[in-house]
Amino acid sequence: MRILVIAETDGVGLRQGSRSAVQFAREVAAKNGAELQLLVIGYDQRAVAEQVAAYGPVLLADAPTLEHPIAERYATVIAQAANNTHASLICAAATTYAKDVLVRAAGLLGGTMATEVVGHEWSGDKLLLRRPMYAGAVTATVTLSGPFPTVTVRSSAYPAAEPLPAPEPVTAIDVDANLIPVTTQYGGLASKANTRPDVTEARIVVSGGRAFKTTEEFEQYVGALADRLHGAAGTSRVLVDAGIVPNELQVGQTGKIVAPELYIALGISGAVQHLAGMKNSKVIVAINNDPDAPIFEVADYGLVADVREAVPELLDKLA
Amino acid sequence: MKILVPIKRVPDTDQRVRVADDMLHVETADMPFVVNPFDAIALEEAIRIREARSGDAEVVVIGVGGEEYEQELRTGLAMGADRACVVRCDTELDPWNVACILQQMVGRESPALVLMGKQAVDDDLGQTGPFLASLLQWPQATFASRIELQGEMLTVGRETDRGIETLTLPLPAVVTVDLRLNEPRYASLPSILKARQKQIEHVDVRELGVEIQPRLQVLKMESVFSQRRCQRVSNVDELLERLKAETKIL
Repeated sequence: MRILVIAETDGVGLRQGSRSAVQFAREVAAKNGAELQLLVIGYDQRAVAEQVAAYGPVLLADAPTLEHPIAERYATVIAQAANNTHASLICAAATTYAKDVLVRAAGLLGGTMATEVVGHEWSGDKLLLRRPMYAGAVTATVTLSGPFPTVTVRSSAYPAAEPLPAPEPVTAIDVDANLIPVTTQYGGLASKANTRPDVTEARIVVSGGRAFKTTEEFEQYVGALADRLHGAAGTSRVLVDAGIVPNELQVGQTGKIVAPELYIALGISGAVQHLAGMKNSKVIVAINNDPDAPIFEVADYGLVADVREAVPELLDKLA
Repeated sequence: MKILVPIKRVPDTDQRVRVADDMLHVETADMPFVVNPFDAIALEEAIRIREARSGDAEVVVIGVGGEEYEQELRTGLAMGADRACVVRCDTELDPWNVACILQQMVGRESPALVLMGKQAVDDDLGQTGPFLASLLQWPQATFASRIELQGEMLTVGRETDRGIETLTLPLPAVVTVDLRLNEPRYASLPSILKARQKQIEHVDVRELGVEIQPRLQVLKMESVFSQRRCQRVSNVDELLERLKAETKIL
């Protein structure tokens, strides 16, 4: 039995979310004795693959045609690797990368897939997976039956795997350029320079909602508190829709799912769609001037106050 | 050109869902249903593409399931779809089954573009679009927040975890849409009335020759309740004191 972990890299090494996928794979392997392999896909990625090898043996698909993560190309490589290694399970972190590339790969392999997994258990030899539905109002226990079971796991639900004592080998795999569809062309990535950690990777997340009306205001309060606490800045859907905050910062059912040690919600009312993205944080603090805001129902500590007064005071006292 | 928009009916997102006694479904009695919000965005975009081409496009909405789909398909017609079709199927379907059925419908309809939501807000699986693209071996662009059509080429802005990515892909293609692509229109009363007169086409799933083999099976559903009890603090000093004393994070 072999488990293939699809490694998402950041140009240097394994992304933190993928370490959670490694953790899931290790837990499954500890039960069924499967061998674990990581698949790194890209161009000129040998050095990155050597870093990823700290977490397990690496298969490296390296070719000019794989420079950018275009679904048709990457899915073809993943499907080939799964076939060649007779993978009994394929997994990755539930990021927009996997939701694009890996779902297509699972389609090529016969469509056996569960996404956004937050836990697992065994029924004899059968792997049971837990995943949220209905914006987290329901947890379903599901099972997969079919070729090449494929899973994406929420990095908020599994700890980041630790590196091995010594790195494992990196093995290059053949990429047959003739088999890779090249119709889709990559046109670049526009992202605002973000000096703060990603919301999915930070210990502390400070999120701002409807209370903030401009980008400057968001920075002045939410950004400043995030910086003071060396945390990430996040937001709810409203500010992204209004163009005040870039979409990479959105926490919620359709944005990113986070579970930091501390989540501070500033002027966020607490729509179900937002709660779905943060309610598993270890400690939740809510500051809102509406005492009936639903955010207080999921918070550990609630302060009814105007964020424009409370945040400067917090900044002052945390200095 | 023809644009196919598969739509799913889902419980109204403003409603609180409860797990039914069988622990395999949610309670649907008295539950209002709506067109999956992401699919409504896909339909809106299809209609806008037709409008930008001075009407030179046909927009077809497709539902897969029981008789009850009629309501959401009529909503689609009232928004502006040209035709509506339900693939009748009484067995429970997972995204793979739906993708296989849609693949056959694409074979029948030969659209140049399939536009659909990036996920359904009931199961939140997000699989049907890429599954369909893989079955058709068509290019895909997921999480679209911008779509431009020029001749036979699409330029799509995609919302990813790292920012907005741009892809250029040729038709035919499958595109799944994200929240910020557009704001779906409300159907006007006259168009709602007109939609009532339109025929909804029926296709029996057995005509399509699709073998329904479940890949993903739900064994159990449980409601999730918040375990937290919010402790109200009266000022910033108290908040900081308690956080420092009780959580050790700060």
